Amino acid sequence: MNEFQFFMQFLMSGLSMGSIYALVALGFVLIYKATSILNLAQGEFLMVGAYFCLSLTLDFGLGFVASFLLTMVFSVILGLAVERLVLRPLIGEPIISVIMVTLGLTYIMRGLVIMIWGNDIRQFNIFPDQPIDFWGVKLTYLYLYSMGISFALLIFFAIFFKHARTGVFMRAVADHQTAAQSMGISVKGVFAMSWCIAAVVSSIGGILVGNIAGVGVDLSYIGLKVLPAVILGGLDSILGAIIGGLIVGVLEFLSAGYLDPYIPAINEVFPFIVLVLVLMIKPYGLFGTEEIERV
Amino acid sequence: MPAGLFHENYRSDERIFQTWFVKAWLIAFLIACALFPLVASKYMVSILTEAGIAIIACHGLNVLTGFTGQISLGHAAFLGVGAYTCTILIGQAGVPFIVALPLSGVMAALVGMIFGIPSLRLRGLYLAIATIAAQFIIEFVIRRWDSLTGGVEGLFVDPGSIGPIQFDNHINLYYLTLVLAVAATFAVKNIVRARSGRAFVAIRDRYLAAEVIGVHVFKYRLMSFAVSSFFAGIAGALMAQYLQVITHESFTIHQSIDYLAMCIIGGLGHILGGIYGVGFWFILERFLEVATTSLNTAFPDHVTWFVSIREIVFGCVIVLFLIFEPDGLAARWRTIRAYWKLWPFSY
Repeated sequence: MNEFQFFMQFLMSGLSMGSIYALVALGFVLIYKATSILNLAQGEFLMVGAYFCLSLTLDFGLGFVASFLLTMVFSVILGLAVERLVLRPLIGEPIISVIMVTLGLTYIMRGLVIMIWGNDIRQFNIFPDQPIDFWGVKLTYLYLYSMGISFALLIFFAIFFKHARTGVFMRAVADHQTAAQSMGISVKGVFAMSWCIAAVVSSIGGILVGNIAGVGVDLSYIGLKVLPAVILGGLDSILGAIIGGLIVGVLEFLSAGYLDPYIPAINEVFPFIVLVLVLMIKPYGLFGTEEIERV
Repeated sequence: MPAGLFHENYRSDERIFQTWFVKAWLIAFLIACALFPLVASKYMVSILTEAGIAIIACHGLNVLTGFTGQISLGHAAFLGVGAYTCTILIGQAGVPFIVALPLSGVMAALVGMIFGIPSLRLRGLYLAIATIAAQFIIEFVIRRWDSLTGGVEGLFVDPGSIGPIQFDNHINLYYLTLVLAVAATFAVKNIVRARSGRAFVAIRDRYLAAEVIGVHVFKYRLMSFAVSSFFAGIAGALMAQYLQVITHESFTIHQSIDYLAMCIIGGLGHILGGIYGVGFWFILERFLEVATTSLNTAFPDHVTWFVSIREIVFGCVIVLFLIFEPDGLAARWRTIRAYWKLWPFSY
């Protein structure tokens, strides 16, 4: 394998992982934009979705597509329930309460998952294992499917926000809540909608990552791993989330490829080092709105 | 006898003990704490030691999050810095414990200040994210710097000693923790009463206005990070003595979240908040331990159900407190006291 193929190998793997990050980051940014809530339970949504789908496929013997669709329905319900029961009473409370309540949710969801499904890591084993060779760059079907599904969804959401009525409502609420409300948009409806979409995209992300790495409680760390992506892209920019996710995925794999001989396992923490640097140099990210304060 | 507490000057308003009654109760409480190991079991003493360590850590977090308004999700990592500094200084450099203990606080404060630098430009959510990054980076260093920290296997802790007193049993460690926890409580009270504390509160409430009236916002934010991490470092050094073997697993983000939860349950921005929160947390934990054990023996077929009860209950406690009692136990205690003071003529 020559130098270029080595590079391309890590780049392509990074892009497919990055596309999943982008998907999860999209859910993150949606909630932040619409409701100004930093949802630190995003990773748990992802984990619950992955477990649900896995359990339907393996324990109940449903087809993968059927269980995938059922998981989507479940995620919509989960998102709605969380928004209605936990987050709505906290509208107008200080940031710390809202952050903390999502952290409380992570405890509850992780506990319930362990209670129902136990602690073991399980595999889907649905996609064939042998890699396809693209001029020396080897990619498994799994990575290709993940990349395909994520990009399809990202394009879908791009069109949704641009042209669909609900998408425009959501952008309007994100832009100015009171103005949107006075135009007859239901702000509460939009809040619920953003939690639904966030839950759905993160469980899709969870199912994809679960196929790659196996389904376990550790899947929830992805929710924290997308933080660097979100910050890099700008907390309130959908385009930024997508680009940030891709960049972080690529950086993670490239650092694994090139820096690993010097500092072993640096890829675990490399995105966070990038995060600190971005926060110091360009805190509002590539596409985020800068908060300008005048006295 | 006066019908209430009326202050006639600022001096009396700022006093630590507002009435002799409070002072008497506090002294009684401290005597009870000091005599506790004579009557209690070894197990209870070690639990109280753990609680004392948590109180020191929570006081630190309370200064940062409660008084300065900077959310920190990396507090346990700073405990880790303190724990490893102390252990390495004693074990590998042969520094006496009495020197290593403050040094571990100083080391944690320095590391805390490095991660506090982004607060020059960041607030609120962004700063919370920066502290998550701090948590992961410090944890990574602890896990991977094998030659210094022992990597994933961790380190054995040599028991420290001050003069003839060895901290290799839980009774001695209990007294050390008690002394330090009392000292930490008074230190926080005095930091908050002084100029620095007023600056912290001003920054928390409206940092632009604080800057306009001449508070050096960056300096005080950094100072708050340093103070908070110093307490964390001391608590970490004690934690190392308590655990006797330290690994990175004792200082994960879950512990950070736990400390924040204790502070919120107790009441952010109240001196006694940390103590109430830790008390509530530890009592609930013991209660759950008893409940789970008895449930396990009663339903041996469903043991898996009860494994995660602790997490679920604590999650629910956090969520319910935030929804129904956002100011914590300290505020509730105050309302109860105010109610009884005027009972039965509350108007």
